[in-house]
Amino acid sequence: MAHTHRTSIRFRLNDQTVELAGFAPDLTLLDWLRLDRRLTGTKEGCAEGDCGACTVLVGRIDNGLLSYETVNACIRLVGSLDATHVVTVEYLNRPDGELSAVQQAMVDNHGSQCGFCTPGIVASLHALWLAEPNPSEADIERQLQGNLCRCTGYEPIVKAAIAAAATLPDADNDRLVAAYDATTEALATFADGARVTIEHERGTTFVPGDLDDLAVLYEAHPKATIVAGSTDVGLWVTKHMRDIAPVIHIGHLEELKQISVDDAGITLGAGVSYTSARGALVSVFPQMAELWDRIGGEQVRNMGTVGGNIANGSPIGDTPPPLIALGASVTLRKGGNRRTLPLADFFIEYGKQDRQPGEFVESVFVPALEKDAFFAVYKISKRRDEDISALCGAFHVITDAEGVVTSARIAFGGMAGTPKRAQAAEAALTGRPWRWDTIQAARLALADDYQPLSDWRASADYRMLAAQNLVIRFFLESCGAPARIERHPALAEA
Amino acid sequence: MDTSTPRSRTEISGGAHVSRKHDSAHKHVTGSADYIDDMPEPAGTLHGYLGLSDRAHARIPSLDLNAVRASEGVVAVLTGADVPGVNDISPSGRNDEPVLAEGKVLFHGQPVFAVIAETRELARRAAKKAVIGYEDLPHVTDVRAAMDANYPLVTDPLKLERGDIEAGLAAAPLRLKGEMRIGGQDHFYLEGHIAFAIPGEDDEVTVWSSTQHPSEVQHMVAHALGTVSNAVTVQVRRMGGGFGGKETQSNQFAAIAAIAAKKLNRPVKIRPDRDDDMIITGKRHDFVVDYDVGYDESGVIHAVDASFAARCGFSSDLSGPVTDRALFHADNCYFYQDVRLVSKPMMTNTVSNTAFRGFGGPQGMLGGERMIEEVAYALGRDPLEIRKANFYGGEGRNVTPYHQTVEDNIIGRIVEELETSSDYQARRAEIIDFNENSPVIRRGIALTPVKFGISFTATWYNQAGALVHVYQDGSIHLNHGGTEMGQGLNTKVAQVLAEEFQVDLDTIRITATTTGKVPNTSATAASSGTDLNGMAAANAAQQIKTRLVAFASEKFSVPAEQVEFIPNHVRIGNELMAFGDFIKLAYQARIQLSAAGFYKTPDIHWDRASGKGRPFYYFAYGAAVSEVSVDTLTGEYQVDRVDVLHDTGRSLNPALDIGQIEGAFVQGMGWLTTEELWWDDEGRLRTHAPSTYKIPLASDRPKIFNVKLADWAENREPTIRRSKAVGEPPFMLPISVLEALGMAVASIADYQVSPQLDAPATPERVLMAVERLKALVADAEMSGKDGADA
Repeated sequence: MAHTHRTSIRFRLNDQTVELAGFAPDLTLLDWLRLDRRLTGTKEGCAEGDCGACTVLVGRIDNGLLSYETVNACIRLVGSLDATHVVTVEYLNRPDGELSAVQQAMVDNHGSQCGFCTPGIVASLHALWLAEPNPSEADIERQLQGNLCRCTGYEPIVKAAIAAAATLPDADNDRLVAAYDATTEALATFADGARVTIEHERGTTFVPGDLDDLAVLYEAHPKATIVAGSTDVGLWVTKHMRDIAPVIHIGHLEELKQISVDDAGITLGAGVSYTSARGALVSVFPQMAELWDRIGGEQVRNMGTVGGNIANGSPIGDTPPPLIALGASVTLRKGGNRRTLPLADFFIEYGKQDRQPGEFVESVFVPALEKDAFFAVYKISKRRDEDISALCGAFHVITDAEGVVTSARIAFGGMAGTPKRAQAAEAALTGRPWRWDTIQAARLALADDYQPLSDWRASADYRMLAAQNLVIRFFLESCGAPARIERHPALAEA
Repeated sequence: MDTSTPRSRTEISGGAHVSRKHDSAHKHVTGSADYIDDMPEPAGTLHGYLGLSDRAHARIPSLDLNAVRASEGVVAVLTGADVPGVNDISPSGRNDEPVLAEGKVLFHGQPVFAVIAETRELARRAAKKAVIGYEDLPHVTDVRAAMDANYPLVTDPLKLERGDIEAGLAAAPLRLKGEMRIGGQDHFYLEGHIAFAIPGEDDEVTVWSSTQHPSEVQHMVAHALGTVSNAVTVQVRRMGGGFGGKETQSNQFAAIAAIAAKKLNRPVKIRPDRDDDMIITGKRHDFVVDYDVGYDESGVIHAVDASFAARCGFSSDLSGPVTDRALFHADNCYFYQDVRLVSKPMMTNTVSNTAFRGFGGPQGMLGGERMIEEVAYALGRDPLEIRKANFYGGEGRNVTPYHQTVEDNIIGRIVEELETSSDYQARRAEIIDFNENSPVIRRGIALTPVKFGISFTATWYNQAGALVHVYQDGSIHLNHGGTEMGQGLNTKVAQVLAEEFQVDLDTIRITATTTGKVPNTSATAASSGTDLNGMAAANAAQQIKTRLVAFASEKFSVPAEQVEFIPNHVRIGNELMAFGDFIKLAYQARIQLSAAGFYKTPDIHWDRASGKGRPFYYFAYGAAVSEVSVDTLTGEYQVDRVDVLHDTGRSLNPALDIGQIEGAFVQGMGWLTTEELWWDDEGRLRTHAPSTYKIPLASDRPKIFNVKLADWAENREPTIRRSKAVGEPPFMLPISVLEALGMAVASIADYQVSPQLDAPATPERVLMAVERLKALVADAEMSGKDGADA
């Protein structure tokens, strides 16, 4: 299929239009802002997307609507910015130059001490302020999961977020609102469907024109690094200085961002971000809500994709355990050919997936829950939010009218070299009555399923014990007994 | 100064004892506050990066840096042999900390060479290309293992002794022994270390350093360059957090940047990546506390014999005073009749541990609180009752293990008020009821007190200087020896100055700390910043005011008593003059409008050899009640509510003080809960980035968080406007969180067994403590059954 070609990307930076060519495939947005543009308000705190000091807003047209999301500039590659609007802290004040509602509230509530995290916090709270006129404390905490502050203890920052909400965004007090139509028009012009090729001595960056173009490019460059949200690849660059060229960006491809829901289940394109997936996914599987809000921080959820979480094959990815327990399947594509396999079979062993050179993850299908099914997923981590699982267990059990288990599918992350089903535990449940003694048998059987490792996230003993106890939690919850700490109970009552 | 602004004659804006925003708040929120990496780089600026050891303990028979030298953009490679002066930056003077290791490495991550290149990225890439030959030597990373292996001490230990410990223990009706393990902590300042050296004429160099201790950086740079201090100027406007991590740890980066800058005659900047920063720089000391406690049925402690062994790392750094301070705080608020406390500053093959908010005090205090907790559970009592039974106070019960008499004790009143305001008793009863009917979720509550000694225990550090200029237009330039790392020191000192001169706060400009303006400063540490520098600034103002009063008295022929500084004006007899106008007159009369202020803390002394003295000018007090929920299936937990009542004397700035308390609380809570340092068998620290090292998030802060200042408190000593230091003392308030978690765990065995929860109480440690108690209960039930059968 014929495509127009470009050799530069075009985007907006604050109030300027930028056209960039000839940049390195591993150039990060943060380095470009600080070193090239001397916009030093945005800070580097960790260079791995965990601390949020580098938070900026990126606006993009999605289904015709311009919306802004927070991202970590430290791990965002410049090549992914075509047809976006990058907004840094220097541009978040009011059009008249006065402090924005968020900035003023931060000052009034003593929300900054050393000030180094503050530009990132201001960016995160600004995004919340634009999106949510009346944020709850839970909303604010979720928004700030990806922003570390070491000085304040966060209390004044949360108060500032609440205080800022007293002012609603409008064209007089916010530059993004004021320029909304003009920005929308500019970005629409930039998004011309052309393939962009950027050459640099360190290698090539490709921005395919559409999904078919991606298939063509990847078949031609099977060793290329496919970059969707760069929440993982970004660290290959910033931490390991790995050569990632050539790079193919897919985060902009509309075809990969499709979400469809029907009676059979839900299909997520591989490029659907965690944030985009949340609404539809949680409507089908409300049991996934808590886990979903504990994947990374808000910036990572805005960037990272379910497809990437699967494709990188990590044994501690958050999404594979529940998706495997639900019986999800994954569709892979190479050139014009597609094949679909159970997700459980995609993970072969540590570091090895069933994916051929030039083949990419195109979509995931998750079947809807059966009637009479119990399903739950539990993530255990050292810190509750924005942490990587020590272990993550998902349980999917169907019982018949007599209360006998007819099907059990259990999957754990963090317990083996891949996300893996607990076949012995499943066998201990299947065909047995759903009661305490059966649960005890399944609990013990987990020791046959897994030989977890000890590392800095947890010891092998803890992993096994907690995994076994999660079987109890699942049983108790299936019986309606409280078995988890309730978050924000006061808010839930209100 | 905007002289068009009408200035009040009745009240200044921003004097002492009022809440004012941080002086840089506006710049923070707009991204216009410059940190060192934000400064424009002069033409020709080069960038350094460090090459690190990847062994924990080894000889280096060969170091092949050819590929590094040949790497793109590399201008120079430095090793220890290139240090022109002394290859040492040990702040203890023990010559045990090389700038760059030579011949041998003592921990995984020790800097071995530096590469200087045209860009930071090129320097970083080049640093990876070294071929370092190693001959491995046995290594030890753990404190207990170091003791077992008879590893050396990095510095002289301390013993504090009072009474007859052997007799006291023998005579006590009841006795218990135990061990507590206390983890370390990474500072996780958001701005990592950075040094930017700009060469000057002759042997001169200016170093911008993210440091809490510019004078020491100055001395270390001179020492390493082989020159004298007057050749080196060190500057810092602000740090993105310090917490003690930039007290001595800045020396290395500054020294290397300065050496390279002088060698190449080009500006050189060094900024390690976060992971390398966490690997290269020291942390809070991990401790193992062994205790032997004699007590009686009423819970009164008679005798304490305890040792505090610390993971000091490969060199002494500040481990001597840190472990000393642990002993100084092992009593917390409690009188021990007979006591012996000893420190064991153990060498280990880990990064050299250093200052961190509390400086050993938190670990000492936590050990002391563990003893209280053990006594309480042994007697089946609420630990709060045991605390009260042991508070300092009453005849003969006011002397600390270091023979200082506690004279300003207000802990009784603080605890009483907090117990009432937090409704502690009713909530505790409700929680015990709840736990009886809740199989999985258990709750806990605890009230713990804090008494923290204020002053550097090295008495000579308790001095400070300030430099104040009043310009002809009446605007004031403030400089002092303290450094701003977020705590609001500059704001508070400016408020002191505003109060002295009776001018609005915005009359005063705060300027970057520099060794060229105020010499021989102490670290901004030990919570002392405002106490010391505030007094020095006040002293400078008073000198200028004295001259001004004499001038006015003479010129207008009025008695000196009739010259008065009133808000933004000066009253001279019956005349009222705007401050700026008055200053212009004084200038024209050739009055010196600049002064160097000085302060030294009075009445303190400390004889380390005898373990006796008055090391602390005063104590700061506080208390907290924490309530938690624990999931006994997984060990997960959350902090449901915290109430704090804290003593800052007559607070100079209540808003900033509350900010310090809230921030210290959450940071201390992190230390005791999710922040875990983890070394693997090869001696590699594996938690060296925020992805693996977990400091608290907004969602971890207490769900209800009530923080109050004890507004009736006043420092009995004549400190700056009777305020008290606030940086460190509240860091220990979250010991209440650990103990509340312990209570939730202890509910498993009906509060009859001490939970012995070590720190950090990760979900794993909590679950394992639950399991230990479950096993004890099961054993007891089993033996009870056997008994019935028999």
